[in-house]
Amino acid sequence: MAQGSDGEDADRARRFRAAALPCLDDVYTLARYLLRNPTDADDAVQECYLRAFRHFDGFRGGPIKPWLMAILRNVCRAEFARRSGATAAEATADLPDNVVPLWQEPEGSPETEVLRQRDADTIQALLAELPGPFREAIVLRDINDLSYREIAEATDVPVGTVMSRLARARSMLREAWRKSESEPRLEGRSQ
Amino acid sequence: MTCDDASLLLHALADGELDAGHASEVEAHAKGCARCAALLRDTRAMSAALAAPALRLKAPASLRARIDAALPAPRRAVATRAAPSRRGLLQGFAMGSLMSGALAAGLVVFVMRRDEEERMVGDVVSAHLRSLQGDRLIDVQSSDQHTVKPWFNGRLDLAPPVVDLTAQGFTLVGGRLDYLDGKPVASIVYKRRLHVINLFVAQATGPDRGPAIEQLQGFNVWHWTHAGFGLWAASDINAEELREFGDKLEAALRGAS
Repeated sequence: MAQGSDGEDADRARRFRAAALPCLDDVYTLARYLLRNPTDADDAVQECYLRAFRHFDGFRGGPIKPWLMAILRNVCRAEFARRSGATAAEATADLPDNVVPLWQEPEGSPETEVLRQRDADTIQALLAELPGPFREAIVLRDINDLSYREIAEATDVPVGTVMSRLARARSMLREAWRKSESEPRLEGRSQ
Repeated sequence: MTCDDASLLLHALADGELDAGHASEVEAHAKGCARCAALLRDTRAMSAALAAPALRLKAPASLRARIDAALPAPRRAVATRAAPSRRGLLQGFAMGSLMSGALAAGLVVFVMRRDEEERMVGDVVSAHLRSLQGDRLIDVQSSDQHTVKPWFNGRLDLAPPVVDLTAQGFTLVGGRLDYLDGKPVASIVYKRRLHVINLFVAQATGPDRGPAIEQLQGFNVWHWTHAGFGLWAASDINAEELREFGDKLEAALRGAS
């Protein structure tokens, strides 16, 4: 009956709103760090939510955040493939894990010197410099507060890969952090 | 443990993802290794810095509104009304008589349903009273929802929702097979102080309906249909407390679905 399916549809929409809308800030945060552009992030998050609603019947329960974030990644990937711009590979491609590391633990790393506190703008600028998959791993863990298992689900890789990416991402960030301490403020440089 | 092993596991340690055995190994290594100790310290410092609220962004209100508008409305949209043409007016008359016919039928359905409901309330109170006589109250005695729920497997053609409301002041004491309207139903038994609450769970026959409370012979009966279940709670506690029970149950079930 028409009324029955209408009611079902309304019920489905209600359940989706209740489950997915509380994660909107988290999904948006990830989109902003992945895409680094507010307009693109808005569009990607909207598309992500519409896609998630269409496939809500396929959601198997459990925490919904990793599921939404997996969809967001696919949206970003598809959008970049469509544009096939220069940033495509950089922003979303998964680096093979045997890639030569771009970092080295600095030999003369000061072991006694504590990292200096940095303001939010500086930290954001440091994160923005990280290659896509590493930036994504560290944002999912430290900003979105996902567990390793949830990150593995969201990014569709084994937990071991999550761990190695995270270790590399933090090494890169740590080095950039230290470097920036010996330089004038990042924002000041460009002027 | 070598530095290579430790440098990977240090992160899992800082993230609280390591089991106790590995955690103490990594900590022991870091105690004797200045390089790994510095790495652990910096990792923790960076994680703390990244947890700053300023780095968590808020979705703009305009985006929230756009998504909200794109999803189906929670209530059915009201059709916009166009100016009536002559033809439309004629159709309007035809619709009018159809409508009154449907309205009359609806009235009959309503009256019948009302009747049926009163009979159900009577049935529910009778079943509640029966349960208090002798040793009839509980077939499976447990305050564990994961014991009570499976007990109904094979005894009923539905899996009744069993929620523990002990923390909310309603102690789960067990479950029982009972009969309402000649059909087997689940009864989940709760206690509030010395009062017994029987929560009957049957298959719903109509569309979902909001909760309502009725009185019969000094008993209060709370009724709600949700997700295909017809729920009836009967007790001698006052209407406010039974309503509270209903609210807590409703919240728990909505949270679970």
